[in-house]
Amino acid sequence: MQYDVVVIGAGVIGTMITRELSKLDMKTVLLEKCGDVAMGSSKANSAIVHAGFDAENGTLKAKLNVEGASLMEYYCNKLAVPYKNIGSLVVAYSQEEMTTLEVLYDRGVKNGVPDMEIIGQEKLREMEPHIGDEALGALWAPTAGIVSPYELTIAAAENAVVNGAEIRRNSGVFDIEYKDGMFYVSTSTGVIKAKYVINCAGVFADKIANMIGDTSFNIIPRKGEYYLLDKIENKFVNHVLFQCPSAMGKGILVTPTAHGNVLLGPTATDLDFDSKLDVETTSAGLDEIKASVKRVIPQITTRNAITSFAGLRAHVVDGKHDFIIEPSKANDRFINVAGIESPGLTAAPAIARYVGEMFGKMAPEYEKKAEFISTRPEPIKMAELSPEERAEVVKKDPRYGRIICRCEGITEGEIIDAIKAPCGARDIDAVKRRTRAGMGRCQGGFCGSKVLEILARELDVPMNEITKYGNGSKILYDKTK
Amino acid sequence: MIKEMVCVSCPIGCMLTVELNDNNEVISVKGNTCKRGEQYAVDECTNPVRMLTSTVRVNGGVLPVVPVKTAKPIPKGKMFDCMEVINNTVVDAPIRMGDVLITNICDTGVDIVATNED
Amino acid sequence: MLKYDLVVIGGGPAGMAAALKARECGVQKIIILERAATLGGILEQCIHTGFGLHYFGEELSGPEYAYRFIEELKKTDIEVKVDTMVTDILPDNVIVATNNTDGVMQIQATAIILAMGCRERPRGALDMPGSRAAGVMTAGTAQKYVNIDGYMPGKKIVILGSGDIGLIMARRMTLEGAKVEMVCELMPYSGGLTRNIVQCLDDMGIPLKLSCTVVKTHGLERLEGVTIANVDENRRPIPGTEQYVECDTLLLSVGLIPENELTRMAGIVIDPITSGAIVDEYRQTSRPGIFACGNVLQVHDLVDYVTQESQIAGEGAAKYILSGGKNNEYAENTIRVKAESGVRYVVPQNINRSTDKDVKIYFRVADVYKDTSVVVTCGDEVIYKRKKRKLAPGEMENVAIKLDDIAKLSENEITVKLEV
Repeated sequence: MQYDVVVIGAGVIGTMITRELSKLDMKTVLLEKCGDVAMGSSKANSAIVHAGFDAENGTLKAKLNVEGASLMEYYCNKLAVPYKNIGSLVVAYSQEEMTTLEVLYDRGVKNGVPDMEIIGQEKLREMEPHIGDEALGALWAPTAGIVSPYELTIAAAENAVVNGAEIRRNSGVFDIEYKDGMFYVSTSTGVIKAKYVINCAGVFADKIANMIGDTSFNIIPRKGEYYLLDKIENKFVNHVLFQCPSAMGKGILVTPTAHGNVLLGPTATDLDFDSKLDVETTSAGLDEIKASVKRVIPQITTRNAITSFAGLRAHVVDGKHDFIIEPSKANDRFINVAGIESPGLTAAPAIARYVGEMFGKMAPEYEKKAEFISTRPEPIKMAELSPEERAEVVKKDPRYGRIICRCEGITEGEIIDAIKAPCGARDIDAVKRRTRAGMGRCQGGFCGSKVLEILARELDVPMNEITKYGNGSKILYDKTK
Repeated sequence: MIKEMVCVSCPIGCMLTVELNDNNEVISVKGNTCKRGEQYAVDECTNPVRMLTSTVRVNGGVLPVVPVKTAKPIPKGKMFDCMEVINNTVVDAPIRMGDVLITNICDTGVDIVATNED
Repeated sequence: MLKYDLVVIGGGPAGMAAALKARECGVQKIIILERAATLGGILEQCIHTGFGLHYFGEELSGPEYAYRFIEELKKTDIEVKVDTMVTDILPDNVIVATNNTDGVMQIQATAIILAMGCRERPRGALDMPGSRAAGVMTAGTAQKYVNIDGYMPGKKIVILGSGDIGLIMARRMTLEGAKVEMVCELMPYSGGLTRNIVQCLDDMGIPLKLSCTVVKTHGLERLEGVTIANVDENRRPIPGTEQYVECDTLLLSVGLIPENELTRMAGIVIDPITSGAIVDEYRQTSRPGIFACGNVLQVHDLVDYVTQESQIAGEGAAKYILSGGKNNEYAENTIRVKAESGVRYVVPQNINRSTDKDVKIYFRVADVYKDTSVVVTCGDEVIYKRKKRKLAPGEMENVAIKLDDIAKLSENEITVKLEV
């Protein structure tokens, strides 16, 4: 199998870059070791669009963050991804922290963050009536927002496929050889030949780079644990609430999600090089979140938790705190897109453009396609329609009248759409990320078995071949008799 | 000899105190709140029995299996032997409520009957 | 818009009994809306026996118990729509429902009976650290896979929680060839019926570990094991007592939650302890003409009691409909029923002083008690007292208050409590 470009890793960065490259008249393939896209950091992060005052002045991170924040709404509209521009507040609890806000403000101004403002207690209380008593003031950044990160990833993947890119899931890369101007990428599903490689492998990006002899960076996984709370907690928080970075640590954030839940987290624990699959939650991590949220919004409790989870940030251990986005020193046809930790999600649209331009200069032989389809059709979401609109849809296709997920009101029609989509769902969690079936308070207790049935039926496989999230995560064993 | 046991005839679960003589015969039962408790105590000390429920595979039905039960309680020690027979039985749809699917399972004199339709 | 005298939401044991009773009391146009493909609710997957001993005086399986009501319904002209989900309850008792044949329906009801049942507490609500491997599921989900779909969800099993579904599944999985390693229970006593402990655990040789919980799940893709630990009197794991247990499946039987999404949407007042609506002796909620019964009102351990409760609601709805939708003027005439010392909650929480019958108050206790008395008082006066050998949280209790006693109560509040 011969391609022009191989992109490795189908997180938000890999899929957005693949989409960008699908504008060019060439053969692109995106390789993913898991059973679906968005299976790493892209499905387990804070889901925040950062305004851009965190990154040090003059870094690539700062530039792409601010650009990404301004591009996010445009991309989310194009790709039909839930996004809300709700703004963020960095809350200060002491005079010392108030001083820190000024540092953040100055840094933000230099990074080009628009419309920031340091607000006092009164204004803060107006904006966040449930904020803890000790809060003195905050840094208000109106360009910040919230986005559904896995849906952005899925949408980019679908759009890339529609534009001719190929996505191979369950295709982990275990070796890369370069000879006669061609990369030979060995995967669990065969060898792929390509002229260029773009390495977007997240926490594994260093291992992929090592395969071509590039040992210029090392990545450790930095674990962050989270709680996702029931929508009934949503009434307590209006904006993204950060705590002030201090000697005590960064503190956890409290934010509504694009779907109206509340997210608490993350903790930050550095793991060793060998723990790049460790997304276990820990009692210490969960306790830390519970303790920390009290100061921010005392009314919020984890009693109404829907779930807790952990994600890994790809942290480069070189002390530079910047993204690595450049052709490898070991091979100039191999672009590393590595160390994309926070604000990587925010920066994703800007990174895609940046890499697109970089690739254009590196490989000017590829022309732009005549017709690039830039938008992704909006999936039908029955729960968001009025009764009249719902009636219209059901008239055309009765499967949209059969509700499978009670908690989120997801119908059989929507689940089938998710399975039939380009780069469609193949397992239970993939259906969940695309449709929200099983995302509600019963956590799939009722609908899980029905979704499994529908998957088995639509994919024409026995029920016991359907997995929770690919590979060995099977749900059923043999027939009882 | 005194034996203590919980009556499982119904969900109330009375604590029974059973007095047995040297021949393992029941002399008295205390703690029961109904007649069935006394019978249970006697059965449990001489020949403990249980209702067995499972499913039987169905050919051509809407669902792949139909639930079944023993029409009467069977000796407790024969439950797994009976499961073996149940597991190796396949019936054809349609199945009606109460249909006898296996007669005299494991020579217990008890039939296996369908407890739903398919 | 469709019009019905009575719309029953849910076609499980509660909904069916309520609809049948309302018809018996003379209500004409009745419809049952059921979200599953068949009537019977969760009974369809409860293939074990033990249902109906109180109500029918026979030991039936779940499907058999349901079947009797389904057959009764067939003899009436009560309408049934299956695969139909109610999505909204609008003001003035208008119901929005959807299915794949009628599309989206709006139904005007004179009275509504809520009978949506309950759901199981999932893993996410448990604060259980560890991996997110496949193989962790609620006992009820496993029950559906085994009994309806005919598939084994695992081979080597640990069960957390000794609720009845967990106990029943311990036996079911063993009979179907799995090895159930143990049942862990956080509390120092089981939450299930004693009968089930004897028949499902003791008979099968499955150990019940009390004051014990799962503190971690292991496994990257499919579950590979769990770490269990003993807990102290505050239910916190005791360091040093951790033990690794190899298993491919963790079944959760850690509590049931009434499914009151629609109830909340309708603005009905909810009891924080039962998580069900606050109701009067006819199971009428705070919204006139809307009644609730079965597990959506309070989690029952016996379906027989669900049937009895639902018949009360059916009768109440009938009275409401046949009196022309007259709101029983409660506010000033209401006797509040309180739960105190040892009694966790009561249902009903309100009794109309001018009610027309004896009222049974159902309750659960907070702990295991031996040789204690259940007492009902009104001010200083004791209106009911009965000795109990044993009371446990897993078993619902009731006291009957006589009509005459209700009429002569000196105050507008009575209290149900335990006296040691």
